[in-house]
Amino acid sequence: MSAPLVGELLRSRGVTRRDFMNFCTSTALLLGLPASMAPRFAAALEQARRPSVIWLPFQECTGCTESITRAHGATLESLIFEAISLDYQHTLQAAAGEAAERAREQAMRDNHGRYLLIVDGSVPTGNPGYSTIAGHDNRTMLEEAAAGAAAIIALGTCAAFGGIPGAAPNPTRAVPVGEIVKDKPIINVSGCPPIPVVITSVLVQYLTFGKLPDLDALGRPKAFYGQTIHDRCYRRPFYERGQFAESFDDAGAKAGWCLYKLGCRGPTTYNACATVKWNNGTSFPIEAGHGCIGCSEPGFWDKGGFYQPLSTGRWGDARTVGTAVGVGAALGIASAALARKRQRDAEGG
Amino acid sequence: MDLLEFARGPALQWSISIFIAGVLWRLLGVFLLRSKKDLSEPRNPAAWKGLRLIALRSWPRREFLEGTAFGEVMGYAFHVGFLVSLFFFAPHVLFFADVARGLIGTDLRGLVGFGWPTLPNGIITLLSAISVAALLAVLVHRLVNPVKRLISNFDDYFSWFVTFAPLVTGMAAFAHLAGWPYERLLAYHLLSVELLLVWFPFGKLMHAFTIFAARGATGMLFERKGASL
Repeated sequence: MSAPLVGELLRSRGVTRRDFMNFCTSTALLLGLPASMAPRFAAALEQARRPSVIWLPFQECTGCTESITRAHGATLESLIFEAISLDYQHTLQAAAGEAAERAREQAMRDNHGRYLLIVDGSVPTGNPGYSTIAGHDNRTMLEEAAAGAAAIIALGTCAAFGGIPGAAPNPTRAVPVGEIVKDKPIINVSGCPPIPVVITSVLVQYLTFGKLPDLDALGRPKAFYGQTIHDRCYRRPFYERGQFAESFDDAGAKAGWCLYKLGCRGPTTYNACATVKWNNGTSFPIEAGHGCIGCSEPGFWDKGGFYQPLSTGRWGDARTVGTAVGVGAALGIASAALARKRQRDAEGG
Repeated sequence: MDLLEFARGPALQWSISIFIAGVLWRLLGVFLLRSKKDLSEPRNPAAWKGLRLIALRSWPRREFLEGTAFGEVMGYAFHVGFLVSLFFFAPHVLFFADVARGLIGTDLRGLVGFGWPTLPNGIITLLSAISVAALLAVLVHRLVNPVKRLISNFDDYFSWFVTFAPLVTGMAAFAHLAGWPYERLLAYHLLSVELLLVWFPFGKLMHAFTIFAARGATGMLFERKGASL
């Protein structure tokens, strides 16, 4: 029996035509496409077969899964998410152990070359025993699954860039998916966790056009990672006026002044938090009063303290500078002594 | 380690270290020199009064104004713009505060005895633009004036470049120059500042530390000899 159409699935779950068209329009706009593309989205989605998706969670905290599956409750986005044929996700699926593994292998065989592979978590390249699933180490499992995938979505900063498992001293020698798999299209949906609507939009675009969206230099969808948090932050006018909160509870912070001095990494972080926001569009961290920690950027955990302003340096300690003072003073005194000797010699001569 | 991390970390540490070592070397090397004994009778025993030359030489002399006006105006335009941008732009003040913390573990008030406010970005941008324009004007003047061109050497042009680069990269980073990632522009800005710091003690930029001492010493010498200041 062939897989059901996405349109049939949505109708069976009570989604009205109006809601569906609203969803298609907002998804088109989120992807930076004109609203006139909405009917094309609708037509393509209605006729699309449920794509098989295999989701491999490796060294991760399940935050990405939580974000995608629970953050928005029962919205249309989550229904779209259900519309895919999630053939393997060991956190969500009912099957466990050998049954789950058989389901994965079956899906890989049946949909070879066509399924989407979602990976969250980084891949340990040290001892294979650091992270295993049903006795299989992560790297082997990834290589096997990637071989038959049409494309790979590296979900979350751990899968995209190594994330927290890859932070110094990186005891498991964790690497992102892109360092293992070189011969498949990989789309990085970074963030710790990533914004739910980003992945549903990527899925919708894939179902509609059969291809992945335009990516930035780090392999992220440009529509969502094309601008910095700072570019779209509602506190930006205060930055321009030089009005900065000095502490998290001062009058400036409460008045919405810029959090740059408190270590906000908005200027160097590319993500859609400031526009798409979280919790059904309620707010985002800066709106809640905390600076951006740059979680969608490579190496964000190792870029110094979260409360250290971006314009400051990395000192470690002052030993190097202290040594420089000593060296400079010694050179100066030695130069002067030599010059005085020459003076004396000249006067004596 | 990406470019910004390199610029914020090891490159910054080393450039500041070279700057401090170089400046100390140059200053001590000069200030510890033995003064030549002057055996002549002083015409004016209160030689310290010659220190007023520091102020006098900082203002154009009327009789030379026609020849020096361009340099004086451009010099002041550049220096005021540069120094205000350097010391009153909020991210710069944060940087200095961090340097103070890194060097002696205190805030700016602990290092210099006072804090100061920051200026709105619009004013900083305007003053930076004036500085850039003044630097371009003096470069053109140097290139088209045959005498200045003749007496200019590598130090003049390179010192101009390492001063110009931080201004331009800083403005580009602030403006989020179209199509360029901010973190790359910020890294370029930091690296250009670090180039300035490394070159500073070894070229003509060292005048920032020696100019007033030199004018004071010259003034005292002239005063002692009874020369008109």
